[in-house]
Amino acid sequence: MTIREVRDAVRSGARSAAEVCGDVLARIETLNPQLNAFNTVVADRAMARAEEIDRDRDRWRHAPLAGVPVAVKDNLCTRGVRTTASSRMLEHYVPPYDATVVARLEGAGAVIVGKTNCDEFAMGSSNENSAFGPVRNPWALDRIPGGTSGGSAAAVAARLAPLALGSDTGGSIRQPAALCGVVGLKPTYGRVSRYGLIAHASSLDQVGPLSSTVHDAALTLGVLAGADPCDATSAAEAVPDYTAALTGDVRGTRIGVPRALLEGIDAEVSRAIDAALEVLKARGAAVVDIDLPHAKYATPVYYLVSTAEASSNLARYDGVRYGFRAPADGPGKAGHYDLRAMYSRTRAQGFGPEVKRRIMLGTYVLSAGYYDAYYLKAQQARTLILRDYDRAFADVDVVAMPTSPTPAVRLGERVSDPVQMYLMDIFTVSANLSGLPAISVPCGFTRAAPAATDLPIGMQLMGRRFDEATLLRVADAYERDTEWSKQLPPLIPSR
Amino acid sequence: MLASGMPAGFTRDQIANIAALANLELDASETDLFTRQLGDILAYAEVVQQIDTTGVPPTASVVARHAADRPDEILPSLDRDEALAGAPDAALDAGFFRVPRVIG
Repeated sequence: MTIREVRDAVRSGARSAAEVCGDVLARIETLNPQLNAFNTVVADRAMARAEEIDRDRDRWRHAPLAGVPVAVKDNLCTRGVRTTASSRMLEHYVPPYDATVVARLEGAGAVIVGKTNCDEFAMGSSNENSAFGPVRNPWALDRIPGGTSGGSAAAVAARLAPLALGSDTGGSIRQPAALCGVVGLKPTYGRVSRYGLIAHASSLDQVGPLSSTVHDAALTLGVLAGADPCDATSAAEAVPDYTAALTGDVRGTRIGVPRALLEGIDAEVSRAIDAALEVLKARGAAVVDIDLPHAKYATPVYYLVSTAEASSNLARYDGVRYGFRAPADGPGKAGHYDLRAMYSRTRAQGFGPEVKRRIMLGTYVLSAGYYDAYYLKAQQARTLILRDYDRAFADVDVVAMPTSPTPAVRLGERVSDPVQMYLMDIFTVSANLSGLPAISVPCGFTRAAPAATDLPIGMQLMGRRFDEATLLRVADAYERDTEWSKQLPPLIPSR
Repeated sequence: MLASGMPAGFTRDQIANIAALANLELDASETDLFTRQLGDILAYAEVVQQIDTTGVPPTASVVARHAADRPDEILPSLDRDEALAGAPDAALDAGFFRVPRVIG
């Protein structure tokens, strides 16, 4: 069921919120052991909340997400519910407050069913950096779901919840959405509050929804968006009715395609994107070539900027105020245990390898003597990337390209080579560096034999700052003419 | 390093220094691994040196305009017990976080 269907059924009384919630919890119990999509399932809390909604139907009669079960990425704080960021560092951390997005969802009638697995501190592209084991792709259990919101994408794809929240620092909503065959939206930087999101790279992080349809993403964005006094970077721009923008009309809409950037991508991905553009052309959109001369530098620029910010943000994990602290008498750790040793051992034992790698790189690029050559240079390049997009958006309404250069790779295929892993982000990082909104919509499947391993492909659309309405309108128009969003992965038992 | 256009790579000592700056205790195998991998990543990132950034201002944030000033009002915040509840070692009665001895 889509969010809209659940919501309408609960509002009309056709189904109770408790029934819906019970169904979802049963599915999670059946399928999650194969997928590892959830770090924590809060069955009792969810059922209690659903029953509360059922008891007070009048109050929730107009709530936009009445009774809608939602899976929340485990780097978003939930008061009283363990929030781990998939790290040993926060394995037992129970936040004393809710992220603003969590409070807004619950205020709109949503029912949180659990916290989804992700790459540790949202660093990765495959979900293999979770301290609690990788999530598996519902379409092929030996493949990655993408990262870092891999649990959220897998949960929606396997219909363990109609809605999930993710966070996106360099593609972490869009890339797993593409690899799992669902819709994922990264809003404009500032559109959605980051209060209560465990910080990775503060100038890039943004929270957004993963859902099975574009309409559901539009509906959810309307709930999440808006200024928040707790986040000084949240924007005061008015929040339009995003669902009202979904008219299906793309006549005259100009779609830019950065052809030069797409050379060398997977042939099936390339074919799927071309076919998707034909669908939009048939609806009256104009597809034009655009030039983004600095986009090819986006990935290295991203890894210089994001690791610098991460090294600073993650300095807070020091074993003092919350989270893990290494014991004084750990194995082979005899010797002086002063404050400095406590910090260093806590961080050594609490963080996994990718997090350490990024803290190290970020510390280096910020250090005296290298700051100008790397961090400052990357920030200047960021300006040029941003200007490329500003120039493009003077001529086009949206920019289209694949979300990921390849379909889901096998688990373990790229873990030993960080650079190969980072290259998976080539099409997604620009939206974060430039702050632009971007969405991934399912646009086909690989057709390599055998058919049992068909893998989803996603098309990414990027839009003007704070113009999610146009982005969603084009994505929805495309979805109306295609059936990709309705296909279910093979592990879901047929009814 | 920059004159040649390619980084010389890292030595184990450099990696140990960075780890010390970052308050990370590395074992020997991690030091070896990061010596190689950080060198690889930086070699890959070296391509940014080709970009002509003469006169280009840096972008640290894409926030177009900052929120207006707000009145400095005292609002409720976490109480002390809640703030201490997640600490690995808290002196709850005294209301302190406890850490290993710093002086003496």
